[in-house]
Amino acid sequence: MTITESPGTEIGSPRRRKEDARLITGRTTWTENVTLPGMLHLAILRSPMAHARITSIDVSPALETKGVVAAFSGRDVADVQGSLPCAWPVTEDMVHPDRPPIAVDEVRFMGEAVAVVAARSRAAALDAIAAIEVDYEALPVVLDMEQAIAEGADLVHADKGTNKGYTWVFDSAEAGTGGDAGAAIDDAEVVIRRRYVQQRLIPAFMEPRSVVVDPTGDVYTMWSATQIPHILRFLLAVVTGTPEHKVRVIAPDVGGGFGGKLQVTPEELIAFIAAKRLGKPVKYTESRSESLVSAHHGRDVIQDLELAARRDGTVTGLRVKLLANMGAYMGLVGPGVPILGAFMYNAIYKFPAYRFECSGIFTNTTITDAYRGAGRPEATYAIERIMDELAVELGLDPLEVRERNWINADEFPFTTVCGLAYDSGDYAKATDRAKELFGYDELRQEQQARRDTGDSVQLGIGISTYTEMCGLAPSRVLGALRYGAGGWETASVRMLPTGRVEVVTGTSPHGQGHETAWSQIVADQLGVGFDDIEVLHGDTRTSYKGLDTYGSRSLAVGGVALYNACQKVIDKAKPIAAHMLECDPADLEFTGGQFRVRGNPDGGRTLADCALAVFAAHDLPDGIEPTLDADAVYDPVNFSFPHGTHLCATEVDTETGRVTIRKYVAVDDIGKVINPLIVEGQVHGGIAQGIAQALFEEAVYDADGNLMTGTFVDYTLPTAADLPTLVTDRTESPAPDHPLGTKGVGEAGTIASTPAVVNAIVDALRPMGVNDIAMPCTPERVWRAIQGGAA
Amino acid sequence: MTRVSIKVDGVEYEDDVEPRTLLVHHLRERLGKVGTVVGCDTSNCGACTVLMSDADGHQQGVKSCAVLAVQADDREITTIEGLSGPDNTLHPVQRAFHEAHGLQCGFCTPGMIMAAVDLLEENSDPSEQEIREGLEGNLCRCTGYQNIVRAVRAASEEIRRSGGDAEPAAPSPLAGEGHTPDSGLPRQSVPDETIPQPVP
Amino acid sequence: MIPPSFDYAAPTTVDEAVGVLRDAGEDAKVIAGGQSLIPLLRLRFAAPSTLVDLGGIAELRQVREDGDALVIGAMVTHASVLRDPLINEHLPLLVSATETVADRQVRHRGTFAGSLAHADPAGDLPAVALVLGASMEVVGPSGRRVVPASEFFVDYLTSVVAPDEVLVAVRVPKQGSWVGAYEKFNRVAQGWALVGVAAMVRRDNGSIAEARVGLTNMGSTPLRATATEQALAGADSREAIGAAAARVAEGTRPSDDLLGSADYRRHLAGVLTRRAVASLS
Repeated sequence: MTITESPGTEIGSPRRRKEDARLITGRTTWTENVTLPGMLHLAILRSPMAHARITSIDVSPALETKGVVAAFSGRDVADVQGSLPCAWPVTEDMVHPDRPPIAVDEVRFMGEAVAVVAARSRAAALDAIAAIEVDYEALPVVLDMEQAIAEGADLVHADKGTNKGYTWVFDSAEAGTGGDAGAAIDDAEVVIRRRYVQQRLIPAFMEPRSVVVDPTGDVYTMWSATQIPHILRFLLAVVTGTPEHKVRVIAPDVGGGFGGKLQVTPEELIAFIAAKRLGKPVKYTESRSESLVSAHHGRDVIQDLELAARRDGTVTGLRVKLLANMGAYMGLVGPGVPILGAFMYNAIYKFPAYRFECSGIFTNTTITDAYRGAGRPEATYAIERIMDELAVELGLDPLEVRERNWINADEFPFTTVCGLAYDSGDYAKATDRAKELFGYDELRQEQQARRDTGDSVQLGIGISTYTEMCGLAPSRVLGALRYGAGGWETASVRMLPTGRVEVVTGTSPHGQGHETAWSQIVADQLGVGFDDIEVLHGDTRTSYKGLDTYGSRSLAVGGVALYNACQKVIDKAKPIAAHMLECDPADLEFTGGQFRVRGNPDGGRTLADCALAVFAAHDLPDGIEPTLDADAVYDPVNFSFPHGTHLCATEVDTETGRVTIRKYVAVDDIGKVINPLIVEGQVHGGIAQGIAQALFEEAVYDADGNLMTGTFVDYTLPTAADLPTLVTDRTESPAPDHPLGTKGVGEAGTIASTPAVVNAIVDALRPMGVNDIAMPCTPERVWRAIQGGAA
Repeated sequence: MTRVSIKVDGVEYEDDVEPRTLLVHHLRERLGKVGTVVGCDTSNCGACTVLMSDADGHQQGVKSCAVLAVQADDREITTIEGLSGPDNTLHPVQRAFHEAHGLQCGFCTPGMIMAAVDLLEENSDPSEQEIREGLEGNLCRCTGYQNIVRAVRAASEEIRRSGGDAEPAAPSPLAGEGHTPDSGLPRQSVPDETIPQPVP
Repeated sequence: MIPPSFDYAAPTTVDEAVGVLRDAGEDAKVIAGGQSLIPLLRLRFAAPSTLVDLGGIAELRQVREDGDALVIGAMVTHASVLRDPLINEHLPLLVSATETVADRQVRHRGTFAGSLAHADPAGDLPAVALVLGASMEVVGPSGRRVVPASEFFVDYLTSVVAPDEVLVAVRVPKQGSWVGAYEKFNRVAQGWALVGVAAMVRRDNGSIAEARVGLTNMGSTPLRATATEQALAGADSREAIGAAAARVAEGTRPSDDLLGSADYRRHLAGVLTRRAVASLS
């Protein structure tokens, strides 16, 4: 039994992932794989109507179906089911309608749960829901956001008297962080006004959501395919009135989230209620078509921008007005998603004046909430599109306009017009590197040649320079934004007697490779071998405290907590090592996993020696607690601000409108990197989702509020055959606020890529008079734009 | 109920099934082969891909959510759980997915690996474009497919190097050892892209 | 999701299959590869009383040569089409069009005949069968009948095959001196054809002597573009091909749907026809 020793070079190395061993062999614990003795299967009857009164509902025919144990409607559980929580009431007077897990009197979107069956098999449960009799009385359907807030509009929630959930404003003049955007626009030499529409998207994680609830005595154990086991446990306790210590939540292996599993869902509460009523374990796993209609959607924002500038390209002010579609209710953090974007419209630029106003609107659609980037892709898209328009208006190269306005490397830390302190960065360096990898000048020449010859395939070049705020988040800032929780993260390090290490993290990975990256951090700090470290997560019994994984926060916050916990372990071990070496602790140094007397390379003591010593506890210094274990909680002092430059070349077949990505280069600066292989994977996946927004995906409702894209046949995710090969590289501006220097990478690709692609398409077609195309830029929309028709 | 006899991962199973039972549910719920997963209800995502023998005994990739268990009567099936060799040695495709970071959340991975094995059975030296088109029946939401394509290329090279068969190979001595962090894919197998290193 | 319950029969002869269908009544359904049917069952869009599985009928897996034609059995999969030497030699258009059908896994199970019997106008192979001049052998209680492709497709998801009949084989004339191409336009690789064009020409001294053009998803059934076919006869230049192709949507009534508008489909059909025919020169 030998303990391997880390050479201290784990951080920065492209370690192959620990997680893979179970994932590539089919030995994974998905929630759907959890099977308990006596477990019942749930099926949910969902509303086929977008807005209707439930005039009658009879579940008794379901009870007569073979294998059925129970069936109940919203009315049957109305007094116990509670209401789904919203953790981000962005304004004091935000309208927050009750949202029962099972609709009681009224359904407000297609797919809302109306009744539940528990049966001995899933097939029996599905057969039985078809037997339930429901009568609906149709109510007017509200879909269009502008109509929804017009005088005399039909209402999603009649008792609320309005479809406007909130209006949230930031004004740099009022906040004292900048000038008056209105005045800047009134006085401007040039004003560019544009409307951009962020189409509705569906996160479409590959693992459908699944939940198992096991009631034993007065303890409820819930397995759920969630990103947020800790938040879920807390809110389950609050919503159901169950004492928190009697609720255990386990997020086992979770198959992707992208924000889509950052939710407390009706299905989780339904399973909880059913298990409690029946006293039996229950399982519910959604089908893909249920997932697409009932799991929260993302984006769906109308953006009106006014950009004021001087004729030399210097921007003097920006005014942004948003309508954000909340869907039928307020999601867990849905109202706050546009607010996360509010601080990003000024992007990498030194805008002197800014005003942002957002209204959250109710419609008879599935709720919207966080989807990869959450507010920041929307902001980046709008600003990067309109900066191109400014360049065209002024006859400047789009890169030149950006350069004229961006924050220079020597100006960091830079306090923006929103009052945020950007930590570090070098926009010019990333841009230069991207241009070099891209072959910018050659592609511009080819573009000109194709224009000159009137080639039926035109070439376009799109630029996106972005920054984002991640590392969510300093708790005080979240409090000021009325978010319902803090932004800290926890880590615990447990030294086992054999010198092996268990790490407990409050983050909850679902594909991000925390087990690997966290091991790399610990290996370097403690000098313990990578394979001698086990990372535990996602079970509130082992990881009782944490704030989970979203917003590119895990490494930038949880990683720092882990670093700090490691330092505490070393501090605890030091007097013990000194005792063994019979020296003064002050004379010891700790390197490569060994305590040695300074200046004496021989005869050190390892951390494992100390771990064994505290296990035996036979001979410890007086008054020493016999443990090396340590916990740390880190509350970030600031957000972190990754940035980068993405360049995209598209070929547009002007006869059919088909867009093909010819070349894509991404140079990202995410600070220090723990594992470049994992980082590269995050960038690839992020870019793919951003390209998908630009070209392929859209959730579409018909005039009656039926979701038309309710299966993967119609909600078209790109396949390998639809996506290009990506060229990626990095620059490195370490985060100055913490010792790891990391910033966060989960969302960068998604934020940067969408405007790069659309800018490229529009660039290809500028000579034909095209200055915008609505997303997704389908062949038909591109073709129509070329024809001069409606984009 | 209909009696079916299906050989799965080398073991014969005889069971009575409802005719409506999908093969994937039979594998998961009756035989405990939960490595194969269900990701959609329209046979788009391919997460449930397994190898199944055709009438001539030739194994080929199928979507087990689009096959009834009764249609698999007398057939032979290989799932992700039967891909590894004796002593749990990994198949070259499994190893290549690990080495090239061809997976993140891992939910699409069993189907993706089985689809790749099927593709390489037919074409042992596919181009990047052939790999992309060969995997068009499988959706991944995490990787952008880039490292999946890279992994399949690397696996094809290894399979050809080892004599053209897709027999399980010994586990990589390179993965998971402390002092060779940049081991893994040979550089020549990833033209046009290398694992990025921080720019000084 | 899980299909609704049904009875299951696995006959080993065509006669037995027809007998089961006759006894099972109108709600019985034939399953071949099941790649269209099983997803419909899972979504509970179809609820047959009995499924009659053709998988156990060995003779239906054959491809045989019959004079100037090949006869392709009902259980011949797309994958078998792609590797069958006779089909590769005599029906290269069918091979190249089959390569565009769905994905590898679906092609391993799905059958050529099944995709015709399913009669989805968005399916790729019905239009190809039309231009190849295929005919369908259908067996029912009153015996065997042969239906030319031009009469086979009745409406959206509807063919002439009666509930008690089985499409047992497709007879396809060898291409001979005809060359063909299939141009498919979809939004993503997995997507159905927004429009597809199957074109065949026979050349004579450099110009087109005869042409056939079949259209996917330009109406409720696959269609022949007769005006374009006539205009292509004698075409000897890019311009002439272009002019003929521009007429391809005449008389069609493509749908306006989520995939695309009717106008756009008409436009695309012209572009794809021109490209398909031009690729054959």
